Amino acid sequence: MPAFPEAAREAVGNPTLRANLRHATHTIRDKRARAVAELDDWAALRETGKRIKDRTLRQLDTYLLQLEEAVTAAGGTVHWAADAAEANRIVTELVRATGETEVVKVKSMATQEIGLNEHLAAEGIAAYETDLAELIVQLGDDRPSHILVPAIHRNRGEIRDIFREKMGSWGRPAPEGLSDAPAELAEAARLHLREKFLRAKVGISGANFMVAETGTLVVVESEGNGRMCLTLPETLISVVGVEKVVPTWQDLEVFLQTLPRSSTAERMNPYTSMWTGTTDGDGPGTFHLVLLDNGRTDALADEVGRQALRCIRCSACLNVCPVYERAGGHAYGSVYPGPIGAILTPQLRGTASEVDASLPYASSLCGACYEVCPVAIDIPEVLVHLRGKVAEEGGKGHRLERAAIKASTWVLDHPGVLATGERLASATRKLHPKRLPGPGARQWTESRDLPELPAEPFRDWWRKNRT
Amino acid sequence: MRVALFVTCVNDAVFPSTGVATVRLLERLGVTVDFPAAQSCCGQPQFNTGYRTETEPLVRRTVRAFEGYDHVVTPSGSCAAMVRHHYPSFGTEAGALAPRVHELTEFLVDVLGVTDVGAYFPHRVTYHPSCHGLRLLGLGERPRRLLEAVKGLELVELPGAEECCGFGGTFAVKNPDVSAAMGADKITNALSTGAEVLCGADNSCLLHVGGMLRRQDAPLRALHIAEILASTEEEPWA
Ligand code: SF4
Repeated sequence: MPAFPEAAREAVGNPTLRANLRHATHTIRDKRARAVAELDDWAALRETGKRIKDRTLRQLDTYLLQLEEAVTAAGGTVHWAADAAEANRIVTELVRATGETEVVKVKSMATQEIGLNEHLAAEGIAAYETDLAELIVQLGDDRPSHILVPAIHRNRGEIRDIFREKMGSWGRPAPEGLSDAPAELAEAARLHLREKFLRAKVGISGANFMVAETGTLVVVESEGNGRMCLTLPETLISVVGVEKVVPTWQDLEVFLQTLPRSSTAERMNPYTSMWTGTTDGDGPGTFHLVLLDNGRTDALADEVGRQALRCIRCSACLNVCPVYERAGGHAYGSVYPGPIGAILTPQLRGTASEVDASLPYASSLCGACYEVCPVAIDIPEVLVHLRGKVAEEGGKGHRLERAAIKASTWVLDHPGVLATGERLASATRKLHPKRLPGPGARQWTESRDLPELPAEPFRDWWRKNRT
Repeated sequence: MRVALFVTCVNDAVFPSTGVATVRLLERLGVTVDFPAAQSCCGQPQFNTGYRTETEPLVRRTVRAFEGYDHVVTPSGSCAAMVRHHYPSFGTEAGALAPRVHELTEFLVDVLGVTDVGAYFPHRVTYHPSCHGLRLLGLGERPRRLLEAVKGLELVELPGAEECCGFGGTFAVKNPDVSAAMGADKITNALSTGAEVLCGADNSCLLHVGGMLRRQDAPLRALHIAEILASTEEEPWA
């Protein structure tokens, strides 16, 4: 994966992609603003959500143990996975124990994060995505580019083509003469998926929340496909990040208000499914919960960065982000794109790779993300904090940059030298070319003219006219 | 009233006319302006790029330069935001400067209590509220109210006004393609208003957008709000 600036360049140069993204993000951000404006206690809800998450994170171990006890008491089994490899191994063994070679999946960021589908495929197990957008991504042999609308980068025509070409090789083919009318596309997906739901013996899910006091897991969704995955199979395996626990049902009340309004601009999401262990004759007879760490406790150890773990994956920050709007989700090189991805991914994966080291800089720090975040994550603050870490590590280019910054600080800390420099620049201004070579200057003058420097700096004007 | 002018490093070196306009405007309103020569840069570029240690000497310098002034006025929303929001994390002395620093339009409306500054500027103008002024300082309607009171000025609404112009300090250098794409959209919106002047309260954003306008030879120029407010019938600004 190339660093963010290079990956973004490709997206910026793709007019279809830019039009798709612009249209989708602007529509949803305007709707969100209206849905949020309806509530006069939004600020209080936001603050409460933030506090609940912070309180939970401070005693994460206590709540997780409470959760484990409750899940076990309700007939489920809890597994702890320190990293992606361990989680994949656990899930594969659980599926294998059922003797099945295919599973249905409800949209889950956690399983994407660990690359579960690829791992299962290598072990001879086919995983079918059942969320409409995930299905589009899977059939198109593509990667998700948005956490709520993974196929946001595709338009209807592209989706029709993918359905026509690919559905047949995965199961029931697309109906003859499929058009790009939304109703026809949805019906084609429904028929294709129904076949899978009725056949599958194993379901794999994530969860939006886990309630510690009762061991209940919660998924909120719009299509009802998730509910099919959660109730029809005989075995259900849920893979969930440890930060998704909330202490009580009362805490849930806050997020069930803020999440739908922030993400889909709905007052309430269409389907809220909750499951607690197993019940005879109702739903899956076997239930496994895989609690995933994969870098989360490392993030928790970072005083500034840990606020990223408050995230409820609403995607509001993506939809208002001017950088995401131009660069698209793929440029962020992970399942978590946009502003939250820029602060979460480098914490979960570290900053050793080029793309991870470039993510904290993938922002103009405009602050629009912080403004809309329903749990008040100060994303700009974390970005600057992570920039400090990347610079500290002194990777590619940062040693030079630090030297330049040190030099500029020295000049700025010596106004006499600064004034001389300014005077020199002003005196030679007629000689300055409009386009410049060299790092920084070249990029700058590719699309902009540098301003013509003034005849004299302000300091000199002041000295002549006011002293 | 006596105030200190914090002109900022970008204005000092590249946009001195904004500093001059600020001085004239404040003096016209009966304010005595000092320019402490020990000032330089607030440290925002260093800080935002992740170089906190390198920021410290500049924070100390800024704090020292403005010791003893109840009011420090700056024609730069983002530098005011740097001091207001980030200085407190550099210790109590730096924190004490924070509430004494006012962005220009904030100072005019909140401290002096004026919205009509007696300006005259017979042009069609649209206003870009830069992100830091908008979100970190919460300037709100202040700049617009000031502009609306200017004689002869026709203020036209900028579509997508609250969207970032794509400057973002070192962002413009580290992510040049995305930055330019954001700037291009800002310009398209600004040109659609038919305005002659794109006005803002932050010259760093105007440096970016203005540079693109000049490259395109567009019939629109970028101008700092101080220069519009300094303009009068007797002494019109260029
Ligand atoms: S960071 Fe905030 S706005 Fe972004 S997805 Fe998470 S909760 Fe939503």
